[in-house]
Amino acid sequence: MSGYNFAFLDEQTKRMIRRSILKAVAIPGYQVPFGSREMPLSYGWGTGGVQVTASLIGPEDVLKVIDQGADDTTNAVSIRKFFERTTGVRTTTRTAEATLIQTRHRIPETPLRAGQVLVLQVPIPEPLRWLEPREAETRKMHALEEYGVMHVRLYEDITRHCKVAQTYDYPVRVDGRYLMRPSPIPKFDNPKLDRSPALLLFGAGREKRIYAVPPYTPVKSLDFEDHPFEVETWRQPCGLCGATGVFLDEIIVDDKGGRLFVCSDTDHCAERRSPR
Amino acid sequence: MSGPLVTEDRPLLMVRGLTKRYGAQVGCLDVGFDLWPGEVLGLVGESGSGKTTVLACLAGSVEPTAGTAEFWTREGSRVDVLRLAEPARRRLLRSDWGVVHQNPRDGLRMSVSAGANVGERLMAVGVRHYGRIRQAALDWLATVEIDADRVDDLPATFSGGMQQRLQIARNLVTRPRLILMDEPTGGLDVSVQARLLDLLRGLVAELGLAAIVVTHDLAVVRLLAHRLLVMRRGEVVESGLTDQVLDDPHHAYTQLLVSSVLHP
Repeated sequence: MSGYNFAFLDEQTKRMIRRSILKAVAIPGYQVPFGSREMPLSYGWGTGGVQVTASLIGPEDVLKVIDQGADDTTNAVSIRKFFERTTGVRTTTRTAEATLIQTRHRIPETPLRAGQVLVLQVPIPEPLRWLEPREAETRKMHALEEYGVMHVRLYEDITRHCKVAQTYDYPVRVDGRYLMRPSPIPKFDNPKLDRSPALLLFGAGREKRIYAVPPYTPVKSLDFEDHPFEVETWRQPCGLCGATGVFLDEIIVDDKGGRLFVCSDTDHCAERRSPR
Repeated sequence: MSGPLVTEDRPLLMVRGLTKRYGAQVGCLDVGFDLWPGEVLGLVGESGSGKTTVLACLAGSVEPTAGTAEFWTREGSRVDVLRLAEPARRRLLRSDWGVVHQNPRDGLRMSVSAGANVGERLMAVGVRHYGRIRQAALDWLATVEIDADRVDDLPATFSGGMQQRLQIARNLVTRPRLILMDEPTGGLDVSVQARLLDLLRGLVAELGLAAIVVTHDLAVVRLLAHRLLVMRRGEVVESGLTDQVLDDPHHAYTQLLVSSVLHP
């Protein structure tokens, strides 16, 4: 596309974002401030993720974009088109083929491999935000590792619901140091963060923060000794491909109360039904 | 109150020359005292006399202009709490010290249950066992005479006296050795005040707590404090054993203060 630089952002901005990414990789889980730019999509649609992707993507990359597990919903289609038009790189829906994956709120079921980069879109990067509204104070709490208050919240959940009621954006400790919000992925995906061979990058455009989990970094979901962390389970397999042990979405199929549980990861489901 | 429970041969806290100036205004001037383990020190004086400033300097919420405050830690080392690095001071404040605010809303987390309020300090020092945290919360609620079936209720549903007792339980759960109290009975009605004082007196004696109690209520210090500092315009004008100061005040201001108390 003429009139625009490769991948929309100018090289100076890309360099600035890459510097922030390097710092984020060097301090796993630490939120690095960066000069977030206005992007041609509204806040909340993945401006952070798009900037991280734009600053990393090269002509040789193969891009996959996920929106809540699916490759064919508005957000995924729009962002994929955006990068097709501004870079001309090859895009794919297959996890195994992609070198760069931007995702909104899911980690693919197909295990990631070394060399792949997963970019997650983050609405609110600060895990302590709802417990402590002051930014100066939360920074101090991170610096001094004062994370007891997060357990107060888990205590409160167990007291009220007999279990931790948080099902997405479940807080984690990265490398035994920084408390991190894994972005609104279901807690089902939390174990995939732990010692992942792929590089995980998190971009929050509105809040102007980038953070990272480098490959093979231990990531532990918070819990109590007598209430260990657990992921969701389903009684039935996927209604389309019969997969078990994957994250299922509930879909209403008619107006008579009929419902179907299907894989949230559309690529994984399609792959199982008709292997390419 | 009966004799001080001094069990060690050195003061827990030694304050010397504590001064806070707000420009030309004086918050407190050259305040000094020793606090022994198990001793309750009362700080009395009119509004604006600097009582709360002294407490705020010790608690770290106000930075003093000059002075030292040496504290013997549990580990047996002597630290100047006024010069302590922030991480160490914050750690001290949530383990070995406690701060009871006048308004329980300042000291409590109002959006979580009473049990979580009591358990917060335990979680802050690294306890990660839900069952044990909950049991500790229940034990401490019993100690401060709050029914066990209120453990899951929000503090907002508690009466003022209960909130104040909850705040005390929340502070005592890590077994601190020093408690700073700012008008602990302010805003409570007289019968509730009496009950709270009774409880505090029992806890202080039982746990061997040292405490600094700021108040303008002479009846409170008569009941609670072993020793008294009378402050006026930022300076300590008189100090001594509580009964001695209240029964035989020497300084003109103390005499005025004692004679202003109403007797029904």
